Amino acid sequence: MARSIENSAAQLAIAPDEVRTTAELARLYLSPDEVERTASELSRILEYAATLKRVDVTGVEPTVHAVPQDSPLRDDVVGPHDDLATALRGAPLSQDRYFVVPAIFETGDEG
Amino acid sequence: MSTVDPKVTSGLGWARLSELVSAVQSRQTSAVEVTQAYLDRIAADDARLGCFLRVAHHADDGPAVSALAQAASVDAAIAAGQGDSLPLAGVPVGLKDVLCTRGLATTAGSQILAGWVPPYDATVVSRLRSAGAIVVGKLNMDEFAMGSSNENSAFFPCRNPWDVTRVPGGSSGGAAAAVAADLVPLAMGSDTGGSIRQPAALCGVVGLKPTYGRVSRYGVVAFASSLDQIGPLARSVEDVARALQVIGGHDPHDATSVSSPQPDYLSACADRPGPAGSSLRGLRIGLPREYFVAGNPDAAGASGLDPQVAAAVQQALDELRRHGAELVDVSLPHTEYAIAAYYFIATAEASSNLARYDGVRYGLRKSVSKGEAQAAGRSALFDMYCRTRAAYFGPEVKRRILLGTYVLRSGYYDAYYRRASQVRTLIRRDFDQAFSRCDLICTPTSPVLAFRSGERSDPLAMYLADIYTISCNLAGLPGLSLPCGFATPLDGNMPLPIGLQLLGPTLSEALLLRVGAAYQRMTDWHTRRCPLAMGKAAQ
Amino acid sequence: MSDFEAVIGLECHVQLDTQSKLFTGAATTFFAEPNEHIDPHTLGLPGSLPVPNRRAVELALRMGLACGCTIRSHSQFARKHYFYPDLPKGYQISQYDAPLCEGGSVEFWHDGAPRSVHLLRIHLEEDAGKNVHVAGGMVSLLDYNRAGVPLIEVVSQPDLRSAAEAAEYLRAIRRLVRYLGISDGNMEEGSLRCDANVSIRPRGSERLGTKVEIKNINSFRYVEKAIEYEIARQTDVVVRGGSVRAETRGWDAERGQSRSQRSKEEAHDYRYFPDPDLPPLHVDAAWRDAVHARLPELPMARLRRYSDGLGLPAQDALLLISERELSDYFDAALLTCGIRPAMSTLPPEQRVLAKLAANWLLSELLGALHRDGKDLGQSPISAAALGELVSLISDGTISGKQGKDVFARLYAGEKSSPAALVDALGMRQISDPAIIEEACRRVLMAPANQKQVEQYQKNPKLLGFFVGKVLAETGGRAKPDAVSALLQRLLAERGSQSP
Repeated sequence: MARSIENSAAQLAIAPDEVRTTAELARLYLSPDEVERTASELSRILEYAATLKRVDVTGVEPTVHAVPQDSPLRDDVVGPHDDLATALRGAPLSQDRYFVVPAIFETGDEG
Repeated sequence: MSTVDPKVTSGLGWARLSELVSAVQSRQTSAVEVTQAYLDRIAADDARLGCFLRVAHHADDGPAVSALAQAASVDAAIAAGQGDSLPLAGVPVGLKDVLCTRGLATTAGSQILAGWVPPYDATVVSRLRSAGAIVVGKLNMDEFAMGSSNENSAFFPCRNPWDVTRVPGGSSGGAAAAVAADLVPLAMGSDTGGSIRQPAALCGVVGLKPTYGRVSRYGVVAFASSLDQIGPLARSVEDVARALQVIGGHDPHDATSVSSPQPDYLSACADRPGPAGSSLRGLRIGLPREYFVAGNPDAAGASGLDPQVAAAVQQALDELRRHGAELVDVSLPHTEYAIAAYYFIATAEASSNLARYDGVRYGLRKSVSKGEAQAAGRSALFDMYCRTRAAYFGPEVKRRILLGTYVLRSGYYDAYYRRASQVRTLIRRDFDQAFSRCDLICTPTSPVLAFRSGERSDPLAMYLADIYTISCNLAGLPGLSLPCGFATPLDGNMPLPIGLQLLGPTLSEALLLRVGAAYQRMTDWHTRRCPLAMGKAAQ
Repeated sequence: MSDFEAVIGLECHVQLDTQSKLFTGAATTFFAEPNEHIDPHTLGLPGSLPVPNRRAVELALRMGLACGCTIRSHSQFARKHYFYPDLPKGYQISQYDAPLCEGGSVEFWHDGAPRSVHLLRIHLEEDAGKNVHVAGGMVSLLDYNRAGVPLIEVVSQPDLRSAAEAAEYLRAIRRLVRYLGISDGNMEEGSLRCDANVSIRPRGSERLGTKVEIKNINSFRYVEKAIEYEIARQTDVVVRGGSVRAETRGWDAERGQSRSQRSKEEAHDYRYFPDPDLPPLHVDAAWRDAVHARLPELPMARLRRYSDGLGLPAQDALLLISERELSDYFDAALLTCGIRPAMSTLPPEQRVLAKLAANWLLSELLGALHRDGKDLGQSPISAAALGELVSLISDGTISGKQGKDVFARLYAGEKSSPAALVDALGMRQISDPAIIEEACRRVLMAPANQKQVEQYQKNPKLLGFFVGKVLAETGGRAKPDAVSALLQRLLAERGSQSP
């Protein structure tokens, strides 16, 4: 237990490569400067947050919803729809009845 | 309130909402007159303050958008005899720009949503409209509610009306400043880690963060879904109670909405002198020892608890005790972990909630030519995503998206997000135990006074100042901040307001409001006006 | 035979038959103008929130219970993150570590033997929208009608060993969802979609090979082809001394090939976490039991009833259960014949009756419908009418030949019941032995037949001649076997009388 805490603590600082991978997942371009700055900012935050490792959470259920209740369920009824013309007016690019994006099938994207 | 103060006809300087509402209901004045008076105030003063991102002027865009057209329809309803069913008849209300307003642009303080016009009203907004309130505009805020100074607004900063060189707090800075400057008698804010209470404290107004689920989140631009709550800001506890009565209650459009009915919050605020005039007799107020460690940077922020703040809060506690309350020592042992847990949970949820801003269906898009993208080894689509989000999210938002994305990654999830959620359970248990020994908990709202704009740039230091407000969001509890004094900071010459925070168990809003209203009967802090508002009222 | 064994698992997405989407009130109908079914949640507008559809949960429960899954009393929706234009929120609301249904199995019949494929889980999730690719274009068009439509994902264990078996499993899933009334299982319209995880390993090895995911298998025809192609491709790679790369490949039906879509090594991480907008989904025992009690008889139970109870040949039974409509029709016809759908072994004469009913349904009726390009729903002959006709044949009221005549008239739209039709046509077979005997005696006494009567003693094959004559005498209404027996007796009597 103690060893794993030490190991994790040693790994806490985020390397610039980790920042780049994370930024790619989050679809954010970062300049080289931003990568460096983010790495140091996030490392500081994570170092501070390493205090969490001190808490004994054995057997503690995580809280996702602060006020525990079950989900309500909706009747299967069709409700109001949005006006497409209005929606398309707010879209960056549209054509006929469609929203438009740069062509999907190229390199580098998930499918 | 049958006697009409001369101030009433000008629509300014109301002592409380009840007076304004009954004057409008009884047609001593009209909703249009009141609305026009506040629009004039906004026009005159807001350039100096920057509270409003948008004022609801445009009559051409329909009654949903024009404040005066809304007011006219309220007047028509009153003329038709429906005034009694409008508990906020003619009350101009400012909305933090996280609340979707049909036909009125909603940006959450972000470039990425610049110009986006929602096709629907948030539940809170439709309830306010149904109650006769007039939506006069959208209030400034930190981008996506991420910040505690309003300096993260993508458009322009908002200033503190008590000293315009200082921040109003955040992220509901526009809401608190607008109420403090009397640009609106009522505003709606959102609170994820203190974003209603902290600016309320820094601007000297009352702000309530209700129990998680008490107020619908439907139509609220999400920051961290398990922590966000909408709540009212106003000058008196009674006004806040009146507003909560309208906006609260079950909403079938929000699966996390609490279904239990609301008690009568206004009657909870009513003066009910107890035996021997001590209306707080029998009330046990808990003081968490972890919160009063002055100067401890770990527990109370980088600068620690300001001694002037501590003194004002101590004075308030003495006042409450004089009126019969019993002060009890309690412990919240996991307090020191709250900020870390909060930042993992809040940023994880934020990274997810903000994934929808991709430049495809709404908001802004930034793209380059296909050739340029290919030269960089990327598809035009990937490039469009990355450029759009890099260009139109601000630095704090990007920082939190990155932190949140990081803590959810498969190798880190257990160590960060899951562990934080477990600590959250322990924090909830701390409160459960504390509330077995007391009825409510009392703390400072903010460890510090309003600071100067641009003075704080270290993100971690800013996060640490949220110490008193954050645990309450993690535990889903209600919290009320109300003015409890003033102090002149060492680096200034203007007195600045100090906030007292009351925290209660789940769904204890009525108790918080009762004690808050009692406190406001004992003191007059909430009646003090900032110089700016005073100057105007005198005109 | 190859030295390699294929290990296959299928992930099937089934669109649930609801009016509205999984988390919002927008409509789900397939035929609509592009982006007609949009609302704030469908487009992922800021501030929109999900509220689960009760019927979608109930339909998922039906599937889980039909497969014998363990139903979680509190399951949790989770967000699965990736950026793709057809995914409006940047995440899909799905279920991750606390799915609604776990374990269970799907049973089917393959290669003359029963098979049972274990399931890992069945969970609820929302569908994505649709990308419309403009050929050779610089842009893609987005239609969000399908975004948010409720799906269940049925994830099998890697229990399948051949492409044919995988295809049969997929057919079993389709059959099951149609029996359960939770989906039309239409692959062409995308109500049933399938991804296959395929790996190979040396025969006899227990270790799993590197897994390749095949996506976009959107037709029954291609399931087998795509998997066979993949097994062959992997075998070829290994035989040439290479190693299989973990990747996702898309099936290109036009070229009959799969193509690599993206490598699993690329940065991709779904970052699942519990959806904070959705409290746990609670299914209490009362709800679960009520859904369980209302489950229809499932295809494999019917198969057992038909083959073990009714004694039908396997190929008949398999054909009958292939569609619930057909099987329901058959059961209704049997009921008219007096055979209840209980799972007990029938006495021999009822088994004959059941077989007769199966024949009339599978050969006569389906044959006629097929010829006319109709399906069973358009049959002019109701199940009750077919059952009645079969009964009339079975109890000897009419002959099989007459039955065909009646069938043809019914099929052509004759409105009367088979019995009324038989009466009206005077077809009712003569079963009174006295009348039959009289007719037989008349034939044997007829002067024109005396030559044959005499020859009969030497040539008993002439019996057929007399039977024909008697049938002609009775207008075809005498039962041929009764006639033949009687004639034999009468002719024998004659032989013993005359020297």
